[in-house]
Amino acid sequence: MFERKQLSHKASSKVTWTTAVAALAGLAGFAPAKAADSVKVGLILPMTGGQASTGKQIENAIKLYMQQNGDTVAGKKIEIILKDDAAIPDKTKTAAQELIVNDKVNFIAGFGVTPAALAAAPLATQAKIPEVVMAAGTSIITERSPYIVRTSFTLAQSSTIIGDWAAKNGIKKVATLTSDYAPGNDALNFFKQHFTAGGGEVVEEVKVPLQNPDFAPFLQRMKDAKPDAIFVFVPAGQGGSFMKQYAERGLDKAGIRVIGPGDVTDDDLLNNMGDAVLGTVTAHIYSAAHPSQLNKDFVAAYKKAFGNRPGFMAVGGYDGIHLIYAALKKTGGDTDGTKLIEAMKGQKWESPRGPISIDPETRDIIQNVYIRKVEKVDGELYNVEFQTFEAVKDPGKTKK
Amino acid sequence: MTSILTNLFDGVAYGMLLFVLACGLAVTLGLMNFVNLAHGAFAMAGGYVCMVLVNRMGWPFFAALPLAFVSSAAIGIALERTLYRHLYARSHLDQVLFTIGLTFMSVAAVDYIQGSSRVFINLPAALQGQFDVFGVGIGRYRLMIIVICGLLTVGLQMVLAKTRFGSRLRAAVDDPRAASGLGINVPQVFAFTFAFGCGLAGLGGALSAEILGLDPYFPLKFMIYFLIVVTVGGSSSITGPFLASLLLGIGDVAGKYYVPKMGPFVIYTMMIVILIWRPNGLFGRTAAR
Repeated sequence: MFERKQLSHKASSKVTWTTAVAALAGLAGFAPAKAADSVKVGLILPMTGGQASTGKQIENAIKLYMQQNGDTVAGKKIEIILKDDAAIPDKTKTAAQELIVNDKVNFIAGFGVTPAALAAAPLATQAKIPEVVMAAGTSIITERSPYIVRTSFTLAQSSTIIGDWAAKNGIKKVATLTSDYAPGNDALNFFKQHFTAGGGEVVEEVKVPLQNPDFAPFLQRMKDAKPDAIFVFVPAGQGGSFMKQYAERGLDKAGIRVIGPGDVTDDDLLNNMGDAVLGTVTAHIYSAAHPSQLNKDFVAAYKKAFGNRPGFMAVGGYDGIHLIYAALKKTGGDTDGTKLIEAMKGQKWESPRGPISIDPETRDIIQNVYIRKVEKVDGELYNVEFQTFEAVKDPGKTKK
Repeated sequence: MTSILTNLFDGVAYGMLLFVLACGLAVTLGLMNFVNLAHGAFAMAGGYVCMVLVNRMGWPFFAALPLAFVSSAAIGIALERTLYRHLYARSHLDQVLFTIGLTFMSVAAVDYIQGSSRVFINLPAALQGQFDVFGVGIGRYRLMIIVICGLLTVGLQMVLAKTRFGSRLRAAVDDPRAASGLGINVPQVFAFTFAFGCGLAGLGGALSAEILGLDPYFPLKFMIYFLIVVTVGGSSSITGPFLASLLLGIGDVAGKYYVPKMGPFVIYTMMIVILIWRPNGLFGRTAAR
């Protein structure tokens, strides 16, 4: 700066003025009177990378909710700060640190995958601010910090129910195919427990690598084991590949059905999977075809705004932002993290997926789990619900 | 017995696919001595071109395949003329850094344009499903892969060994100075070869969408497989990578079928064992260049 002054007085004075104005503007932005009027939500989502569809759905749903319900609650303006972590836990941690220390957020929210939610847990505890998990589904997450609350689901919720259902509905022998990482193992273990307790038998168990290029050899193994059904859990994006190769190998014609938690038939991708997916029975928390009026309006509004239908990730985000609004209403705009978490416990409301509530003991979500079958409705594929298990708590919590 | 044969068939198809994807890399790496880690990006380009033509513009699948080849080759030649040729004389580290940068750029660009979710190419009904030959399940699509890739391999070998262009290429590689002294246009030969390798990658990308899945991370996910094929096969010929691809394809499928718990490690174990036994690859040159 000083050197420049010697070179050209005119130019440097211009630079100094601009800097000064910018600095003043910056100060004004951080003025305490203004900051008190807004509540900041740090949203950490995978917006790029293999899980980007999750991030996109949640971001869309939050935008939609704020359009519908306004951006002020209890006299405070809600401000969303979005950060992309590409589902890499290291990046999640850095993003959470920045949001908490620099942006002074009142909530951190989002979290596309389990490792990301876990990476942010100690920071939520330290900063004493609520961490709202809107997607990740391993049971242990809410046990890692007293400040974590979840609005998505746990894999134990859907896997135990499909296990019971399969045993009671004439499926005796099952081969399992699950992705080899925490949620896949959760799904497998909870399914197995309930299915074998109901008298079923697991005849074949295959864990496929998460970055699996080709299902062919695994599917051939399933075919040769001649089970009544395959229990499958793969991350939502791989569901399409799985179903196509299932059909290619003729497992559908060999009379081997597909069952599982609903990730494999995510609404987001279902329409591209082809007719081989017809008749797949899954247990899950949300279907775009859920028959309530609230959901019909939600699906219509989402379609109108973003051009495609919402999946279960969107509804996790929609309910997550609702919970933040509800907590602020209850505290009357008080942003103390501990009070907010207390306000969230026991909240109960009607979501597009049905009635849901937050368990005051575990801070995890209690919700209906539906058994659904893929059917063609108006030329499109949908998960049509035909049986409801009401108010299911997460069965995966360690007994205290 | 029939399941062994079914697995063998699946393994051969998988191996052939790996070969078409990787042989362009064997050419640039082995013949031109250029480390092109962006090879997978050309494969991805071919895959997406094929997807757009078939799904969005309604082209028949078999008409889109040649165009996948041509478009990847065109991108290849454009990049070779503008960027790559400046790096031929640079160190391998420079080449690695440059091409890996290209790879990341291609990932971001495709993610931006097409979105990150996995795409599928609408196949004609004739290519779907399996038929039985004495109890052995033959997948129609995989059979097509074997036929196309088999023909390509034979053609490629003929071109390299028997044609005038093949001998020019070999001359240009072995001693560029002497070759240009004899009137061979070395840069042109290299550009053409590079483009052809990229075209093969593009064709491989289009064929592999059904089996390996196509998303913007394709170049990063499968880079390791291309490198394994080239390392195991040795990069001085086409036969080496071809046999290596078959071996690895069959080994990978069999490993996943018979010892699923080992999963992806079979292919790495095979690589390690082969490289301990023959450090320059199955058909590698024993003397250093």
